[in-house]
Amino acid sequence: MSMEAPAAAARIRVNGADELLTASTIAEFLSQRGLDPAGRGIAVARNGQVVPRARWQDEPLGAGDRIEIVHARQGG
Amino acid sequence: MTNETTNAVSLSADEIERYARHIVLRDVGGPGQLKLKRARVLAIGAGGLGAPLLQYLAAAGIGTLGIVDDDVVSLSNLQRQIIHGTPDVGTPKVDSAAAAIARLNPHVNVICHRERVTADNVRALVAGYDVVADGSDNFATRYAVADACFYERKPLVTAALGTFDASLTTLRPFERGPDGTPNPTYRCLFPSPPPPGTVPTCEEAGILGALPGVMGSLMALEVIRAIVGFGEPLVGKLLMVDARSMRFEMLTYGWDPDNPLNGTAALTAG
Repeated sequence: MSMEAPAAAARIRVNGADELLTASTIAEFLSQRGLDPAGRGIAVARNGQVVPRARWQDEPLGAGDRIEIVHARQGG
Repeated sequence: MTNETTNAVSLSADEIERYARHIVLRDVGGPGQLKLKRARVLAIGAGGLGAPLLQYLAAAGIGTLGIVDDDVVSLSNLQRQIIHGTPDVGTPKVDSAAAAIARLNPHVNVICHRERVTADNVRALVAGYDVVADGSDNFATRYAVADACFYERKPLVTAALGTFDASLTTLRPFERGPDGTPNPTYRCLFPSPPPPGTVPTCEEAGILGALPGVMGSLMALEVIRAIVGFGEPLVGKLLMVDARSMRFEMLTYGWDPDNPLNGTAALTAG
Protein backbone atom coordinates (compact mmCIF):
# COMPACT_ATOMS: atom_id res chain seq x y z
CA MET A 1 0.00 0.00 0.00
CA SER A 2 2.55 2.61 -1.09
CA MET A 3 1.33 5.70 -2.91
CA GLU A 4 -2.24 4.57 -3.52
CA ALA A 5 -5.38 6.55 -2.81
CA PRO A 6 -4.12 9.99 -1.87
CA ALA A 7 -6.58 12.10 0.05
CA ALA A 8 -7.56 14.09 -3.06
CA ALA A 9 -8.94 11.03 -4.88
CA ALA A 10 -12.30 11.05 -3.14
CA ARG A 11 -15.03 9.40 -5.19
CA ILE A 12 -18.79 9.63 -5.46
CA ARG A 13 -21.43 7.66 -7.35
CA VAL A 14 -23.45 9.57 -9.91
CA ASN A 15 -26.53 7.78 -11.27
CA GLY A 16 -24.90 4.48 -10.37
CA ALA A 17 -21.48 5.19 -11.90
CA ASP A 18 -18.26 5.81 -10.00
CA GLU A 19 -16.72 9.29 -10.42
CA LEU A 20 -14.04 11.50 -8.94
CA LEU A 21 -15.41 14.05 -6.50
CA THR A 22 -14.48 17.47 -7.86
CA ALA A 23 -17.21 19.73 -6.47
CA SER A 24 -17.92 20.82 -2.93
CA THR A 25 -21.63 21.65 -3.32
CA ILE A 26 -24.59 20.49 -5.42
CA ALA A 27 -24.59 23.83 -7.24
CA GLU A 28 -20.91 23.49 -8.17
CA PHE A 29 -21.48 19.88 -9.23
CA LEU A 30 -24.32 20.88 -11.60
CA SER A 31 -22.38 23.80 -13.05
CA GLN A 32 -19.36 21.54 -13.76
CA ARG A 33 -21.66 19.27 -15.78
CA GLY A 34 -23.09 22.18 -17.73
CA LEU A 35 -26.57 21.71 -16.30
CA ASP A 36 -29.02 24.58 -16.01
CA PRO A 37 -28.10 26.33 -12.74
CA ALA A 38 -31.78 27.26 -12.31
CA GLY A 39 -32.40 23.53 -12.41
CA ARG A 40 -35.42 23.65 -14.69
CA GLY A 41 -36.45 20.07 -15.38
CA ILE A 42 -33.89 18.63 -12.99
CA ALA A 43 -34.09 17.24 -9.48
CA VAL A 44 -31.02 16.17 -7.52
CA ALA A 45 -30.91 13.60 -4.77
CA ARG A 46 -28.04 13.13 -2.34
CA ASN A 47 -27.89 9.74 -0.61
CA GLY A 48 -31.45 8.90 -1.58
CA GLN A 49 -33.08 12.17 -0.55
CA VAL A 50 -34.07 14.86 -3.06
CA VAL A 51 -32.42 18.17 -2.12
CA PRO A 52 -34.73 21.23 -2.43
CA ARG A 53 -33.17 23.68 -4.87
CA ALA A 54 -33.01 26.44 -2.26
CA ARG A 55 -30.29 24.32 -0.59
CA TRP A 56 -28.22 23.56 -3.72
CA GLN A 57 -25.79 26.40 -2.99
CA ASP A 58 -25.03 25.09 0.48
CA GLU A 59 -25.61 21.33 0.30
CA PRO A 60 -22.10 19.85 0.66
CA LEU A 61 -20.79 16.90 -1.31
CA GLY A 62 -18.54 14.40 0.41
CA ALA A 63 -16.59 11.26 -0.39
CA GLY A 64 -18.84 8.26 -0.88
CA ASP A 65 -21.98 10.28 -1.57
CA ARG A 66 -24.56 8.79 -3.92
CA ILE A 67 -25.93 11.44 -6.25
CA GLU A 68 -28.89 10.96 -8.57
CA ILE A 69 -29.69 13.52 -11.22
CA VAL A 70 -33.35 13.09 -12.16
CA HIS A 71 -34.47 14.60 -15.46
CA ALA A 72 -38.13 15.49 -15.80
CA ARG A 73 -39.67 13.28 -18.48
CA GLN A 74 -42.86 13.77 -20.41
CA GLY A 75 -43.18 10.48 -22.30
CA GLY A 76 -46.16 8.25 -21.86
CA MET B 1 -72.07 1.56 6.95
CA THR B 2 -74.30 4.61 7.18
CA ASN B 3 -75.72 4.52 3.72
CA GLU B 4 -75.95 0.90 2.72
CA THR B 5 -78.92 1.32 0.43
CA THR B 6 -77.47 3.99 -1.86
CA ASN B 7 -74.06 2.32 -1.75
CA ALA B 8 -75.43 -1.14 -2.36
CA VAL B 9 -72.87 -2.79 -4.57
CA SER B 10 -72.48 -6.53 -4.51
CA LEU B 11 -70.60 -9.14 -6.46
CA SER B 12 -72.40 -11.67 -8.65
CA ALA B 13 -71.39 -15.33 -8.63
CA ASP B 14 -69.61 -14.69 -11.93
CA GLU B 15 -67.65 -11.79 -10.44
CA ILE B 16 -66.73 -13.78 -7.35
CA GLU B 17 -65.22 -16.43 -9.60
CA ARG B 18 -63.52 -13.85 -11.84
CA TYR B 19 -61.89 -12.05 -8.91
CA ALA B 20 -61.19 -15.19 -6.82
CA ARG B 21 -57.42 -14.54 -6.69
CA HIS B 22 -58.04 -11.05 -5.30
CA ILE B 23 -60.72 -12.17 -2.89
CA VAL B 24 -58.46 -14.83 -1.40
CA LEU B 25 -55.84 -12.16 -0.60
CA ARG B 26 -56.02 -11.09 3.03
CA ASP B 27 -55.23 -7.46 2.00
CA VAL B 28 -57.99 -7.28 -0.62
CA GLY B 29 -60.74 -9.80 0.10
CA GLY B 30 -64.42 -9.23 -0.63
CA PRO B 31 -64.43 -5.74 0.92
CA GLY B 32 -61.43 -4.67 -1.19
CA GLN B 33 -63.01 -6.06 -4.34
CA LEU B 34 -66.18 -4.08 -3.60
CA LYS B 35 -64.08 -0.94 -3.18
CA LEU B 36 -62.60 -1.58 -6.62
CA LYS B 37 -66.08 -2.05 -8.07
CA ARG B 38 -67.30 1.21 -6.53
CA ALA B 39 -64.20 3.13 -7.67
CA ARG B 40 -64.03 5.64 -10.51
CA VAL B 41 -60.55 5.95 -12.03
CA LEU B 42 -59.51 8.41 -14.73
CA ALA B 43 -56.62 7.46 -17.03
CA ILE B 44 -54.97 10.37 -18.83
CA GLY B 45 -53.78 8.96 -22.13
CA ALA B 46 -54.37 5.56 -23.73
CA GLY B 47 -50.82 5.24 -25.02
CA GLY B 48 -47.74 3.35 -23.86
CA LEU B 49 -48.44 3.73 -20.14
CA GLY B 50 -52.21 3.89 -20.48
CA ALA B 51 -52.41 0.57 -22.36
CA PRO B 52 -51.19 -1.78 -19.59
CA LEU B 53 -52.62 0.53 -16.94
CA LEU B 54 -56.12 0.24 -18.40
CA GLN B 55 -55.79 -3.47 -19.05
CA TYR B 56 -54.81 -4.29 -15.46
CA LEU B 57 -57.37 -1.88 -13.98
CA ALA B 58 -60.10 -3.39 -16.15
CA ALA B 59 -59.04 -6.92 -15.29
CA ALA B 60 -58.96 -5.96 -11.60
CA GLY B 61 -62.61 -4.97 -11.73
CA ILE B 62 -62.52 -1.17 -11.38
CA GLY B 63 -66.19 -0.21 -11.65
CA THR B 64 -65.79 2.89 -13.79
CA LEU B 65 -62.82 3.70 -15.99
CA GLY B 66 -62.58 7.10 -17.66
CA ILE B 67 -60.16 7.49 -20.55
CA VAL B 68 -58.99 10.85 -21.88
CA ASP B 69 -57.25 10.85 -25.26
CA ASP B 70 -57.81 12.85 -28.42
CA ASP B 71 -55.53 10.76 -30.64
CA VAL B 72 -56.17 7.96 -33.14
CA VAL B 73 -54.24 4.67 -33.25
CA SER B 74 -51.30 4.71 -35.64
CA LEU B 75 -49.16 1.81 -36.80
CA SER B 76 -46.10 3.09 -34.93
CA ASN B 77 -48.07 2.99 -31.65
CA LEU B 78 -48.45 -0.78 -31.75
CA GLN B 79 -44.85 -1.57 -30.75
CA ARG B 80 -45.83 -0.61 -27.19
CA GLN B 81 -49.50 0.41 -26.89
CA ILE B 82 -50.71 -3.14 -26.54
CA ILE B 83 -54.33 -2.39 -25.72
CA HIS B 84 -54.72 -1.50 -29.42
CA GLY B 85 -54.43 -3.97 -32.29
CA THR B 86 -53.61 -3.84 -35.97
CA PRO B 87 -57.28 -3.58 -37.06
CA ASP B 88 -57.61 -0.49 -34.80
CA VAL B 89 -55.22 1.69 -36.83
CA GLY B 90 -57.09 4.91 -37.64
CA THR B 91 -59.63 4.41 -34.83
CA PRO B 92 -59.83 6.86 -31.93
CA LYS B 93 -57.74 5.47 -29.08
CA VAL B 94 -60.57 5.89 -26.56
CA ASP B 95 -62.86 3.72 -28.74
CA SER B 96 -60.21 1.08 -29.38
CA ALA B 97 -59.35 0.93 -25.67
CA ALA B 98 -63.04 0.77 -24.69
CA ALA B 99 -63.60 -2.17 -27.06
CA ALA B 100 -60.58 -4.01 -25.66
CA ILE B 101 -61.79 -3.42 -22.09
CA ALA B 102 -65.27 -4.71 -22.98
CA ARG B 103 -63.68 -7.93 -24.30
CA LEU B 104 -61.56 -8.26 -21.18
CA ASN B 105 -64.19 -7.50 -18.54
CA PRO B 106 -67.81 -6.64 -19.35
CA HIS B 107 -68.38 -5.54 -15.73
CA VAL B 108 -66.37 -2.34 -16.29
CA ASN B 109 -68.22 0.83 -17.22
CA VAL B 110 -65.99 2.86 -19.60
CA ILE B 111 -66.38 6.60 -20.12
CA CYS B 112 -64.61 7.93 -23.19
CA HIS B 113 -63.39 11.54 -23.13
CA ARG B 114 -62.18 12.07 -26.69
CA GLU B 115 -60.57 15.41 -26.03
CA ARG B 116 -57.29 17.01 -25.14
CA VAL B 117 -56.65 17.97 -21.51
CA THR B 118 -56.53 21.75 -21.25
CA ALA B 119 -56.39 24.28 -18.43
CA ASP B 120 -60.09 24.88 -19.08
CA ASN B 121 -61.42 21.31 -18.85
CA VAL B 122 -58.96 19.60 -16.53
CA ARG B 123 -60.54 20.39 -13.17
CA ALA B 124 -64.00 19.29 -14.28
CA LEU B 125 -62.50 16.09 -15.73
CA VAL B 126 -60.66 15.00 -12.60
CA ALA B 127 -63.47 16.13 -10.28
CA GLY B 128 -65.68 13.28 -11.54
CA TYR B 129 -63.28 10.54 -10.39
CA ASP B 130 -61.78 9.10 -7.19
CA VAL B 131 -58.24 8.46 -8.42
CA VAL B 132 -56.35 9.85 -11.43
CA ALA B 133 -53.49 8.13 -13.26
CA ASP B 134 -51.39 10.23 -15.63
CA GLY B 135 -49.71 8.50 -18.55
CA SER B 136 -49.82 11.49 -20.88
CA ASP B 137 -47.10 12.41 -23.33
CA ASN B 138 -46.38 16.10 -22.74
CA PHE B 139 -45.41 18.50 -19.98
CA ALA B 140 -48.36 20.88 -20.45
CA THR B 141 -50.82 18.08 -19.68
CA ARG B 142 -48.70 16.73 -16.82
CA TYR B 143 -48.56 20.08 -15.00
CA ALA B 144 -52.24 20.81 -15.67
CA VAL B 145 -53.28 17.40 -14.29
CA ALA B 146 -51.00 17.57 -11.25
CA ASP B 147 -52.20 21.06 -10.33
CA ALA B 148 -55.88 20.15 -10.89
CA CYS B 149 -55.58 17.01 -8.73
CA PHE B 150 -54.12 19.14 -5.94
CA TYR B 151 -57.00 21.64 -6.09
CA GLU B 152 -59.67 18.93 -6.49
CA ARG B 153 -58.06 16.79 -3.76
CA LYS B 154 -57.67 13.69 -5.93
CA PRO B 155 -54.87 11.17 -5.47
CA LEU B 156 -52.66 11.16 -8.57
CA VAL B 157 -50.48 8.27 -9.70
CA THR B 158 -48.05 9.61 -12.27
CA ALA B 159 -45.36 7.93 -14.35
CA ALA B 160 -43.17 9.31 -17.12
CA LEU B 161 -40.86 7.78 -19.67
CA GLY B 162 -37.54 8.72 -21.20
CA THR B 163 -35.94 6.39 -23.75
CA PHE B 164 -34.54 3.81 -21.31
CA ASP B 165 -35.45 5.55 -18.06
CA ALA B 166 -38.72 6.08 -16.27
CA SER B 167 -40.12 7.25 -12.98
CA LEU B 168 -43.22 6.73 -10.89
CA THR B 169 -44.70 8.46 -7.86
CA THR B 170 -48.03 8.98 -6.08
CA LEU B 171 -49.17 12.46 -5.09
CA ARG B 172 -51.52 13.26 -2.20
CA PRO B 173 -50.47 16.87 -1.48
CA PHE B 174 -53.90 17.76 -0.11
CA GLU B 175 -53.06 15.62 2.92
CA ARG B 176 -50.37 15.87 5.58
CA GLY B 177 -47.84 13.31 6.76
CA PRO B 178 -47.67 11.91 10.31
CA ASP B 179 -45.50 14.86 11.44
CA GLY B 180 -48.03 17.43 10.19
CA THR B 181 -46.00 18.53 7.17
CA PRO B 182 -47.99 18.68 3.91
CA ASN B 183 -47.28 15.88 1.46
CA PRO B 184 -45.21 17.02 -1.52
CA THR B 185 -46.60 18.19 -4.86
CA TYR B 186 -45.23 17.38 -8.31
CA ARG B 187 -43.86 20.92 -8.26
CA CYS B 188 -41.76 20.07 -5.20
CA LEU B 189 -39.79 17.80 -7.54
CA PHE B 190 -39.93 19.93 -10.69
CA PRO B 191 -41.22 23.44 -9.91
CA SER B 192 -41.76 24.35 -13.56
CA PRO B 193 -41.50 22.58 -16.91
CA PRO B 194 -38.08 22.44 -18.57
CA PRO B 195 -37.51 24.94 -21.38
CA PRO B 196 -39.51 23.92 -24.48
CA GLY B 197 -37.62 21.61 -26.81
CA THR B 198 -34.99 20.51 -24.27
CA VAL B 199 -36.65 17.20 -23.38
CA PRO B 200 -37.56 15.04 -26.36
CA THR B 201 -40.89 13.25 -26.64
CA CYS B 202 -41.15 9.46 -27.17
CA GLU B 203 -42.00 10.25 -30.79
CA GLU B 204 -38.73 12.11 -31.26
CA ALA B 205 -36.35 10.05 -29.12
CA GLY B 206 -37.76 6.54 -29.35
CA ILE B 207 -38.79 4.26 -26.52
CA LEU B 208 -38.21 0.60 -25.79
CA GLY B 209 -41.71 -0.87 -25.88
CA ALA B 210 -41.48 -3.13 -22.84
CA LEU B 211 -40.54 -0.22 -20.54
CA PRO B 212 -44.01 1.38 -20.55
CA GLY B 213 -45.32 -2.15 -20.00
CA VAL B 214 -43.46 -2.33 -16.69
CA MET B 215 -44.28 1.23 -15.66
CA GLY B 216 -47.95 1.12 -16.64
CA SER B 217 -48.36 -2.10 -14.65
CA LEU B 218 -46.74 -0.46 -11.62
CA MET B 219 -49.13 2.47 -12.05
CA ALA B 220 -52.06 0.03 -11.92
CA LEU B 221 -50.65 -1.43 -8.71
CA GLU B 222 -50.44 2.06 -7.14
CA VAL B 223 -54.00 2.90 -8.25
CA ILE B 224 -55.34 -0.35 -6.78
CA ARG B 225 -53.40 0.34 -3.57
CA ALA B 226 -54.92 3.84 -3.38
CA ILE B 227 -58.41 2.31 -3.60
CA VAL B 228 -57.99 -0.80 -1.47
CA GLY B 229 -55.46 0.62 0.97
CA PHE B 230 -52.74 -1.96 1.67
CA GLY B 231 -49.02 -1.48 2.32
CA GLU B 232 -47.23 1.82 1.75
CA PRO B 233 -47.98 4.11 -1.20
CA LEU B 234 -45.29 5.94 -3.18
CA VAL B 235 -46.16 9.24 -1.48
CA GLY B 236 -42.98 11.28 -1.08
CA LYS B 237 -41.12 8.54 -2.91
CA LEU B 238 -39.96 8.56 -6.52
CA LEU B 239 -39.19 5.20 -8.09
CA MET B 240 -36.54 5.67 -10.78
CA VAL B 241 -36.00 2.90 -13.28
CA ASP B 242 -32.94 2.71 -15.52
CA ALA B 243 -33.68 -0.05 -17.99
CA ARG B 244 -30.17 -0.01 -19.49
CA SER B 245 -28.66 -1.46 -16.34
CA MET B 246 -31.87 -2.64 -14.61
CA ARG B 247 -31.24 -0.19 -11.81
CA PHE B 248 -34.28 0.53 -9.63
CA GLU B 249 -33.67 3.41 -7.20
CA MET B 250 -36.14 4.70 -4.64
CA LEU B 251 -35.62 8.37 -3.83
CA THR B 252 -37.50 10.22 -1.12
CA TYR B 253 -38.67 13.79 -1.56
CA GLY B 254 -40.48 16.13 0.78
CA TRP B 255 -42.67 19.17 0.78
CA ASP B 256 -40.76 22.17 -0.56
CA PRO B 257 -41.85 25.36 1.28
CA ASP B 258 -41.06 27.28 -1.94
CA ASN B 259 -43.55 25.34 -4.10
CA PRO B 260 -46.36 27.45 -5.58
CA LEU B 261 -49.27 25.10 -4.71
CA ASN B 262 -49.10 24.40 -0.99
CA GLY B 263 -45.85 26.21 -0.15
CA THR B 264 -45.49 28.80 2.57
CA ALA B 265 -46.54 31.71 0.34
CA ALA B 266 -49.61 29.88 -0.99
CA LEU B 267 -50.69 28.70 2.46
CA THR B 268 -50.42 32.13 4.05
CA ALA B 269 -52.24 33.72 1.10
CA GLY B 270 -54.86 31.09 1.98
